[in-house]
Amino acid sequence: MYNFDYLRPASLAEAVEAMKGEDAQAISGGQTLIPTLKARLASPSVLVDLSGLAELKGVSREGDKLAIGAATRHADVAGSEAVRSAIPALAALAGNIGDPAVRNRGTLGGSVANNDPAACYPSAALALGATIHTSAGRAIAADDFFLGMFETALEEGELVTRVDFPIPTAANYQKFEQPASRFALVGVFVARFPGGARVAITGACEGGVSRWDAAEAALSSDFSAGAVTGMAFPADALIGDIHGTPAYRANLIGVLTRRAVQACG
Amino acid sequence: MPGIKLTVNGKTVEKTVEGRTLLVQLLREELGLTGTHVGCDTSQCGACLVHVNGESVKSCTMLAAAAEGAEITTIEGVSSRDGTLNVVQAAFQEHHGLQCGFCTPGMVMSITDLLRVNASPSETEVREWLEGNICRCTGYHNIVKAALSAAETLRGAQPVAAE
Repeated sequence: MYNFDYLRPASLAEAVEAMKGEDAQAISGGQTLIPTLKARLASPSVLVDLSGLAELKGVSREGDKLAIGAATRHADVAGSEAVRSAIPALAALAGNIGDPAVRNRGTLGGSVANNDPAACYPSAALALGATIHTSAGRAIAADDFFLGMFETALEEGELVTRVDFPIPTAANYQKFEQPASRFALVGVFVARFPGGARVAITGACEGGVSRWDAAEAALSSDFSAGAVTGMAFPADALIGDIHGTPAYRANLIGVLTRRAVQACG
Repeated sequence: MPGIKLTVNGKTVEKTVEGRTLLVQLLREELGLTGTHVGCDTSQCGACLVHVNGESVKSCTMLAAAAEGAEITTIEGVSSRDGTLNVVQAAFQEHHGLQCGFCTPGMVMSITDLLRVNASPSETEVREWLEGNICRCTGYHNIVKAALSAAETLRGAQPVAAE
């Protein structure tokens, strides 16, 4: 990889200041960024390491939502009693990202800020109707945050600081893994709230993580696997690659959605 | 270039590294600890797995500069000074958990971390845990057997007989 300067800010304020440097790039766990740097797909002049900032770490339950700091690692989310009791589907999702060593480095904030079209966390944020808080003082609804493959509403130098997840009545995440990368070939996160259901699809869509409006409407009036049986996600919006055709992914979306609904109980 | 101070296998190390220096490069090229291997260099295979503050991390996917203040343990740090194998290493020997040996340091470090968080793993849990450690020789069977045997030994039970 190309060389870069490395900065270890002592506070979020220092990190925000450092991010004003030309071609500055934030790094947290680096589980995506370091491979990207090795492949010379990015050449930042300076890396600003957020992984030591205690103010960005931790989980707390605040009323009807869970607040998780951006630099909280997947292993810590997976093992958190607060997450396990409030949103067990989220703990399970975090506990199945990559492998144990990857989960000891990778973070929630890094995952949502990168918005990989096959990452797990964006589907949870979108299905649960999370709010993404940033260093610019913005609170961005997940619906407005994920704009497309690797694209988010973050401005230049703006950092994710925290994600607030509303606590659902029930939720489940079903992931069909691409076995080599351990990313989702298709992942479906279903969340049930008193006001209705939300369904988010990852791994499959040309536009990155996406909601499945038709399934949401069906599940909001009848929350049962039968309500979505026979429904198909539009295949023209789906990725086709060596791992699966759009039709294959469309079929998986249907199967995984039904399984997720059943698992919600 | 960042100056870093960390502990490697109990010894304090102070180095100046480039921003891009990986932890595995620091260990192998600067400190001569070549027991940590680079297999895939894409964080898939786990041959580079070391412990950072007691937890498994792929050292090919962590910057050396990010290890400031950390306690690192490599495969060289797990056996006794006189060369006596630790429990996991001995179980690998007993159960033929290795053939070419390339993945073995990462396997031993990974299983040691598993037994720290789960003293009584099931066979399924061992196999799931080893998702990020690839072995191209053994078919994993004897590695899993070694892990279960080491777990029993550490729990103070009778080790399962080698077959």
